[in-house]
Amino acid sequence: MEITPAHYTVLSAALFSIGVIGVLVRRNVIIIFMAIELMLNAVNINLVAHARYLENLAGQVFVVFVIAVAAAEAAVGLGILLAFFRNKETVNIDEMNIMRW
Amino acid sequence: MPEGFSALDFYYILPEIVVTGGALVVLLLSVVTPRRDDVLLGVSLATVAAALYWVAAFAGLDVTASKGLLAIDGFAAFFKVVALGSAAVTMLMSSPYLRVEGLRAGEYYFLILCATLGMMFMASGMDLITLFIGLETMAVSFYVLAGYLKPNPRSNEAAVKYFLLGAFSLGVLLYGMSILYGVTGTTSLEGTAAALAGQESGPLLVLAVVLVAAGMGFKIAAVPFHMWAPDVYEGAPTPVTAFLSVGSKAASFAMLVRIFLEGLPSLGAEWTALFWGLAVVTMTVGNIAALTQSNLKRMLAYSSIAHAGYLLMGVVAGTQRGVAAMLVYVGVYLFMQLGAFAVVAAMRRSDVVGDELKDLTGLSRRSPMMAFAMLFFMLSLGGIPPTAGFMGKVWLFGAAIDAGFVWLAVIAVANSAVSLYYYLRVVVFMWINDETAPASSPLVLGPAMTAALVVAVVGTVVFGLYPQFLFASAEAAATAIEGLGAGTSALR
Repeated sequence: MEITPAHYTVLSAALFSIGVIGVLVRRNVIIIFMAIELMLNAVNINLVAHARYLENLAGQVFVVFVIAVAAAEAAVGLGILLAFFRNKETVNIDEMNIMRW
Repeated sequence: MPEGFSALDFYYILPEIVVTGGALVVLLLSVVTPRRDDVLLGVSLATVAAALYWVAAFAGLDVTASKGLLAIDGFAAFFKVVALGSAAVTMLMSSPYLRVEGLRAGEYYFLILCATLGMMFMASGMDLITLFIGLETMAVSFYVLAGYLKPNPRSNEAAVKYFLLGAFSLGVLLYGMSILYGVTGTTSLEGTAAALAGQESGPLLVLAVVLVAAGMGFKIAAVPFHMWAPDVYEGAPTPVTAFLSVGSKAASFAMLVRIFLEGLPSLGAEWTALFWGLAVVTMTVGNIAALTQSNLKRMLAYSSIAHAGYLLMGVVAGTQRGVAAMLVYVGVYLFMQLGAFAVVAAMRRSDVVGDELKDLTGLSRRSPMMAFAMLFFMLSLGGIPPTAGFMGKVWLFGAAIDAGFVWLAVIAVANSAVSLYYYLRVVVFMWINDETAPASSPLVLGPAMTAALVVAVVGTVVFGLYPQFLFASAEAAATAIEGLGAGTSALR
């Protein structure tokens, strides 16, 4: 069987959907963050596959930047989460309820 | 030097280089002279002033630099001035606030300058990659700034919420961009416009437009992507909230205009309808939710959501006049919104948090100058003459009618009338004389806070009485945007 761009697009769409569902249904902030990383990796698959079939390097450059930014976000995000955990001793999103309406 | 690049490319990004250098100097100084907050403030302000000088020097240009990655034009210059101006006022109001909260100033000013740098790239980016890097430079700085009050659980919560929703919206935005790249084969906005010119829009393109619009909708806090805004605005340190609501919103609008008006003009019919709906829902929900708030920062958060709805009208109009009116409103919004938050920041004293509406009780007696300043900001936000907010609204609503969106303008006028209720409620609280109010420490305005308030009041009043300068510069800036008049739709 030949692998066509459509296969990559479907894989990427599936991964992206799993990520979105993960963000919406999970309650642990770290798991939610991992689901967001899945979404970003769906983007990367899309970009690399398109770059390969378009024979155009811009997509691969884009992927390098996405990976770098995802790493920066992870560093900052885990730092923020650590500060939160020190005060509240929890990483459950349902307990982030000081401010509402 | 690699082929295609020249020393000129570095010359054109001198303002950005100055901000980067200044940010690094501030970070070094915070180690060398840790307790000299005034020195850090001075260096940061000098950095902003030097960058402003270079932005002004390039204001008349209309060129693309770095192989088409950046546009150095009037539109970019306008938003760079807004970013740098809001950063300067934010720094002024931060210095007394940091002292009261006992926060370290070095990293704080460094992060403010980094966020400003991101905004400047968002204003001049002409490539999806450049725009996305600018957006993230700004957003990551803001994640840290929102949680800068580390022992404060509210600030922690604001940072976690902003981070999670910001990262999520980034994923959505990037997925849209990756589809766009797959369809057009290029990340440059000019290339995208050329590749899509005359093409039929398919379901993939519509999906890409919706995803990119949703991602940007998070950044400008448009309903239904606004849920983070009230919580983050309430929990973040007040000067950060001010910067977030002005600088971040303005830069996101610059990016939105670049992507949709310059990159996707051929899909105008699709996104005009989308933004028409977003604008109506955003201004209506924002204003109605603001009516019931008792926390001042939260109320201003909903008000800023409503203002994002007004600003979207300029994008919906899609004409030269629409973009110019949006720029005018951004310029006006800068002063009135920063001013309102400066008053809230000044209310913070060692024993009072000061962000509840009832904390304003009797302000006219305790500090008449501050009460009058707040009066101007509230009248301007509500759009009452002779303030700048009135001029901005006249232009914006006029542009929408001019482009044929009469119903949109009617809804916006009705919304402005609703908004008057909660703006004037603030004024009423300030002029209530409540003798039974518990005694709290007196309001003392330091020189930096006074400067911030004076700048905001002068801007609000002067642009209300003599708006010609603002109009002229906005019109000149709007000519830089190509692909105008693309938004044709059945909604007219």
